[in-house]
Amino acid sequence: MPKRYVNSVIGVVAVLALCLGTRAQTAPPKQPGVAKSHRAAPAPRRDLSGIWDVEDTMEGISPRGVKSHAPFTAWGADVASNLYKPGDGPRRVPIGLVNDPLDSCDPAGFPRNLLFELRPFQVVQTPNQVLMLYQYQRVWRVIWKDGRELPKDPDPQWYGYSVGKWADDYIFVVETVGMDERTWLDNAGNPHSSELRVEERYHRVNQDTMELTVKIDDPKAYTEPWLARDRIHLKLQPANSNYMEMICAPSEAEEYKKGIASPLSK
Amino acid sequence: MRNKRLNIFLMAVGCLAVSVPLLAHHGAAGYDMDKELVMKGTVTEWLWANPHCFLKYDSKDDAGNLSHWAVEVSNPTDMTKRGWSRQSLKPGDEVTVTVRPAKNGAPIGQLLKVVLPNGQTLIGWNTVVR
Repeated sequence: MPKRYVNSVIGVVAVLALCLGTRAQTAPPKQPGVAKSHRAAPAPRRDLSGIWDVEDTMEGISPRGVKSHAPFTAWGADVASNLYKPGDGPRRVPIGLVNDPLDSCDPAGFPRNLLFELRPFQVVQTPNQVLMLYQYQRVWRVIWKDGRELPKDPDPQWYGYSVGKWADDYIFVVETVGMDERTWLDNAGNPHSSELRVEERYHRVNQDTMELTVKIDDPKAYTEPWLARDRIHLKLQPANSNYMEMICAPSEAEEYKKGIASPLSK
Repeated sequence: MRNKRLNIFLMAVGCLAVSVPLLAHHGAAGYDMDKELVMKGTVTEWLWANPHCFLKYDSKDDAGNLSHWAVEVSNPTDMTKRGWSRQSLKPGDEVTVTVRPAKNGAPIGQLLKVVLPNGQTLIGWNTVVR
């Protein structure tokens, strides 16, 4: 091919590339309605990685606790009625009487971090683990998927011990035991015991959507297993999303208590 | 048609009104939900922190009596989504605030709205925005 033709072709390609690039930079941001109408790509196989956020803010934050739960056992009823003094939900007490461990910046623990203030979190997959990195309180969980068994008599941990496996190519099931009994189940002061066993099911519905179901099985606190989250919708966030810290610092919490909570409760 | 539009408008207003208020760990029971106060004040401190940001300001009533107020909004994450920042307010700013006061009469409240010295209005505690 003569050199002048080659130069012309290169020139045309360069102009086209420049135009496309400019268009990409100046294109108006997508409107939510437009984004919703597009058809999501199929779910990738055995892949939960990405940054996820609850579609409905208030459902994620759940200030009033779980929507419903199985009946309490006698132990569960005693703890709920006599020991825990929540600031919200059906058994809420005046602010000065609240004894929610979060108010002094104790860890939310698991599964409260899924049942209250579920904010954006990132899932990272390695060959042997799934890591969940949460914005709220900036904590992470390790879910082992190397085939190991759950510990039989574990020392309690705020976030327990977790193992997971693929039920099929799109559903990842996590089992967790060994949670610290000092944590509450939710913001309404529903309790759990050290016998608590939690099952999470992450169903990757398509590229953009995942559903989370959380099952509570705690024979010491509840008469039967029940669902604390039932297919709550999670949306995949842009890969370059940058979320703020959301840390409870004891000094800041004290400032708030002094400035607002204490005078409000007098 | 006109009625239909009116109905939609009223429903939207209704949704905003009930999507209100949460105090992360302790409800809003301490505040008088039926009362709103509008007052002028001078900012003494703006705390950008968890669990909730709050504003301290001094305000004089008609008789010239000075009160030290502290009024809260949500956490930095939520407030950033509403256009607030650590720099939104600074000591010495003359502002007009709308607050939902405490039931017990203490100079404490939920900050519903603040008009900044430059005339900009920031919405505080009355809607949840993502």
